[in-house]
Amino acid sequence: MTEPLLETRDLVIRFGGVTAADHVSLKIEAGRNLAIIGPNGAGKTTFLNICSGWIKPSAGSVHFEGEDITRLPPRKIVTRGVARAFQIPQLFTEHTALENLLIAASARDGLRNPLRSMHGIDARDEMMHLLDMVNCADVADRVVVELSEGERKLIDIAVALALKPRLLLMDEPTSGVASSQKDEIMEILIKALSEANVTSVFVEHDMSIVQTYADEVAVWNAGNVQLRGTPSEVLEHPDVIRDVIGEEIA
Amino acid sequence: MSSVTTTAPATGSSPAALSLLWIAGVVLLAAVPFLAPNLQLLVNFALAKGLAVVGVTVLLRAGQVSFGHALFFGISAYIGAFVMASVPGMDFFGILIAGTLGAALAGLVVGLFVVRYRGIFFGMLNLAFSMIFWSILEKFYHITGGADGIRLTRPTVLGMELGRDAFELFLYYTAIVLVVGLGWFTIRWFASPVGQLFQTIKTNETRLEYLGISPRRAMLSGYLLSAALCGVGGILMATAQGVVTPEYVWWVRSAEMVFIAVLGGAGSVRGAFLGALIYEFVRTYASAYAGDVWQMLLGAFLLVIILFAPGGIIGIFERVFARGKGTS
Repeated sequence: MTEPLLETRDLVIRFGGVTAADHVSLKIEAGRNLAIIGPNGAGKTTFLNICSGWIKPSAGSVHFEGEDITRLPPRKIVTRGVARAFQIPQLFTEHTALENLLIAASARDGLRNPLRSMHGIDARDEMMHLLDMVNCADVADRVVVELSEGERKLIDIAVALALKPRLLLMDEPTSGVASSQKDEIMEILIKALSEANVTSVFVEHDMSIVQTYADEVAVWNAGNVQLRGTPSEVLEHPDVIRDVIGEEIA
Repeated sequence: MSSVTTTAPATGSSPAALSLLWIAGVVLLAAVPFLAPNLQLLVNFALAKGLAVVGVTVLLRAGQVSFGHALFFGISAYIGAFVMASVPGMDFFGILIAGTLGAALAGLVVGLFVVRYRGIFFGMLNLAFSMIFWSILEKFYHITGGADGIRLTRPTVLGMELGRDAFELFLYYTAIVLVVGLGWFTIRWFASPVGQLFQTIKTNETRLEYLGISPRRAMLSGYLLSAALCGVGGILMATAQGVVTPEYVWWVRSAEMVFIAVLGGAGSVRGAFLGALIYEFVRTYASAYAGDVWQMLLGAFLLVIILFAPGGIIGIFERVFARGKGTS
């Protein structure tokens, strides 16, 4: 049996009286796109925050490729191969889209030469290709603050991919963008992930996105995994329709 | 910091014509001892101060203001004075290296503590360290000379004993070389990957952490550079003045550095030197002709800059130059 890419064992975290993770044990296999769905406050983002090292669990452990990464800070977890994209894109707003990626490549490659311009680094072509993969090559030289939310989302993901991760954790990759753009963004995203051979875990509220683009779905409720399966299995389950969706999807 | 814009991260080199203008400026500085010898010492002070202001400018690029960076200016100057006193006939370059290394080492020690903080806490902690050092200099008068400070004898230069005029000329040109060299280095550093990582502290530390970089370590790299730059400025000032006093680390000196940095153009290396030159001229001549109101004039000038030209003097200068170029 192959080792899971990411595994959590009995994760527990409480915020005051709220249990955001209640003995969560989950295995994520490589090469899959796992969607996490659930009502607001169910602990979905907290799960991503624990796996990426932003918050530490009260109990339990997180393992990436067999290594216990529970107590590592985010920067150490990133170097192990786990990258993160955010609900609100976390970019360097005074830099251009390309510069954001060049900074990521510089961090990845440990570039320290104080006299070499960042624009002259070897990874420049690679970063332009990455921008092309996420359909943002045309805004490469525009400052991030000038870009649309959809473009920022894609660049945020491109920055994460620039680190050459094996696992990408994404929090609501299509939130804040127009409904008409959601499919376009997901098409680009899934293609880019496939090209880069990256496994993904993404939190999502749009069930049509989940149904179309996820290989697997995990339903979060009250800090634990209520149900897990293929999109069709999960989204048609009466409990999920009642607790999460609220109505049947067309 | 919200009302003052820092120069955008380096995205490429300046236009060639603008670079030529800066080269002409350096040539003009080099001609000062011949064209206006009575200004030589004044310009020398401005260049020394300008290097320290570049140190403050480095931190502004990360969105941080230090109200205590005169600490490193003073530490370097006092190290120079102590070395001169304990090693008779010490060479200028020896005290330059000793002072700069001492400032960098102090930057490492203080930096390890202050890089954990941001904003007002960062600024005030720096102030606290500088005032602690000021108290030590004032109270341990049997070692530091107290408020009277320590006089520096004239150091040798590569083993040669120079007369006063020759030494001042040497010091002046050394200051120009250091300003050009360290100014160039700092601009290159800003544009380099390590400099860019440092500057991202201003906009997004969360992403920096998720790129696998420790924001504190990135901050420390810039802090060390800023301390070393202040150190070089401190040694130049001490040898030019021939005396070091606790006033070197007094909070007014730190505030003056921030004042000049904002006046010249927060975040701009060239602006730091331009601001220092203008500041020294205004300070010297305004105090001579405007008596006690010169500080008020400077304050009003800074207010105008912040309100109407947040890019500072360098911003005005570059805008005027670009407009002139556009219409020509």
